[in-house]
Amino acid sequence: MSPFDALRVAFRAIAANGLRSFLTTLGMVIGVGSVIVLIAVGQGAQKGVQDQIRGLGANLLFVKPAAASAQGTGAGARGAAGSAQTLTKSDSDALVAAGIQGVKGIAPQVSVDGAQVIAGSNNQGVTTIGTTPEYPDVRSSPVASGSFITQDDVEKKALTMVLGSEIAKTLFPDGSPIGETVRLTFAGGRIGLNFHVAGVMAPKGGSGGGLADNYVFVPVSTLQSRIGFVRNASGEINVNQINIQTADGADQKVVAIQVTDVLAQRHSVATPDFTVQSQDDLVGAAGEVSRTLSILLGSIAGISLVVGGIGVMNIMLVSVTERTREIGIRRAVGARGKDIILQFVTEALALCVGGGLLGIAIGVGVALGIDGRDIADQKMATVIQPWSIGVAFAVAAGIGALSGSYPAYRASRLDPITALRNE
Amino acid sequence: MIKLEGVSKVYVAGTNQIRALDNVDLEIARGEFVAIMGASGSGKSTLMNIIGCLDMPTRGRYLFEGHDVGRMSDDARAVLRSREFGFVFQQFNLLPRMSAIEQVELPLVYQSVRGRRRLARQALGRVGLEARMSHKPTQLSGGQQQRVAIARALVANPRVVLADEPTGALDTQTGEELMQILGDLVRNHGITVILVTHEADVAAYADRVVRMRDGHIVEDTIKVKAAV
Repeated sequence: MSPFDALRVAFRAIAANGLRSFLTTLGMVIGVGSVIVLIAVGQGAQKGVQDQIRGLGANLLFVKPAAASAQGTGAGARGAAGSAQTLTKSDSDALVAAGIQGVKGIAPQVSVDGAQVIAGSNNQGVTTIGTTPEYPDVRSSPVASGSFITQDDVEKKALTMVLGSEIAKTLFPDGSPIGETVRLTFAGGRIGLNFHVAGVMAPKGGSGGGLADNYVFVPVSTLQSRIGFVRNASGEINVNQINIQTADGADQKVVAIQVTDVLAQRHSVATPDFTVQSQDDLVGAAGEVSRTLSILLGSIAGISLVVGGIGVMNIMLVSVTERTREIGIRRAVGARGKDIILQFVTEALALCVGGGLLGIAIGVGVALGIDGRDIADQKMATVIQPWSIGVAFAVAAGIGALSGSYPAYRASRLDPITALRNE
Repeated sequence: MIKLEGVSKVYVAGTNQIRALDNVDLEIARGEFVAIMGASGSGKSTLMNIIGCLDMPTRGRYLFEGHDVGRMSDDARAVLRSREFGFVFQQFNLLPRMSAIEQVELPLVYQSVRGRRRLARQALGRVGLEARMSHKPTQLSGGQQQRVAIARALVANPRVVLADEPTGALDTQTGEELMQILGDLVRNHGITVILVTHEADVAAYADRVVRMRDGHIVEDTIKVKAAV
């Protein structure tokens, strides 16, 4: 029997049991479809997190205090002598002064949550970042209009503010905020200061939902000295992060070691009371989590594919039993064992491949359909992986061949006479 | 052409051994019209299955055109069966959902023969069913279904047609028409027809009658043809 004849026979048998074939195939459709969709969702989540981290800037190292709470409590004053628990602006200045090779720029920052900005009748909760003029360069976050905080602002503890792009839109929907006055209040309005808006940041956007677009920026010294609860007992300016941008091609590991040396010496500690993390470390850590998620989702989908395959095998076994007489007739008119095997394997393959193709169409359709939509308050991002289509299809075809071959073998072993006698 | 030497067939059913054929010797020449007669259980169907290479002897040798069928592989026997034998069964054994012409094409499908449609149409013509080519079994009468089965048996140009109670499910008149067709195969196309039946008037169409009882051949008569 030629493969073409085998296909014709297979399609006839499939069409003859339309509903049953459809239900059998449905297992494969769902299996293949869910493999594609779930892997796309997993990859989308992974890409989202990575984009978010990359969106922080390029070639960044972050120095953070290792102590539990460095900011806001002033706890450093109670520590044993010589064991400074906080990072300070002078640490940052010392790093600049050290002139470490491969360092392109350094910007310390303090961030404080729970502030409220008010302009006229508009107000919005924000994260306030206290920083220095180097911030836009170091974090690759340029100013769209106006200017950023200047060195003069830092020295004078000026009431100068730069708005994130989203905040600017919220507070001043109708016009340019530059030159306007906004009020920044902390602690439920008990502390409040009027700031002069100097500039607006360019939108950072990205799949992080534009987190950075809801920041406001003020001079680091202003945040320190004008807001009571971030005061340092020794008169230093506390920071909770020092951003270091390394030069293109510089080895971040080498830079990190030198940074560690400089700071450890300043703090007079043997084991660092701070951590130096690179962007790649963060991407890697986040990648770990989302990879686990991808594997989990992929396994669930894989299980449904296997279940679909068992369904096909079950139906093929039933079909062989039901068609014993047909097999006997075919044997009597000259079908060899391998012709019977070919017939049943082709039928199972046609079911699975058909289901696989339909599953690919539906899976790709669903993955594209949910991309960018909000589902359960969660913005979905999907990245369809071409390999997932290939793998899902290959597995579907493989399951087809496998689940068809045992029933087919059973069919081919039927004794023609017994098969013919079967009523 | 067909030669059985001491052929026995034993079926094992539980602890019982059923001796369906017991040391049977039989020779059938090309172009013969043979009826194998006997009561049910006499071993006549087993004999036909062995001749048709559907079943294998437990003991003894079966030579077809000098080839020992017992030594052939399963596939080789399937090929021999499809080339040399055509089967006609009591229950027609047509495949449901297939049109008459497709039923007839089926043996050619397994032989990968070209021009199947044309050959199948010719075979249907030989049994007078050209007009019913696209009918499904359920749309045909019993006699017509059996004629489709005969066309299917003939399409691959076999040397032997084996018919197991071909008239068993037909009324007398249709049965007679069918026997005419089988007789015509022998006399005008040189095909060997081996017929299994328990009805004497059906066996009467044959030139030679082999009677069986309890797995033995008890009588083998060759009719002397009356002068026309």
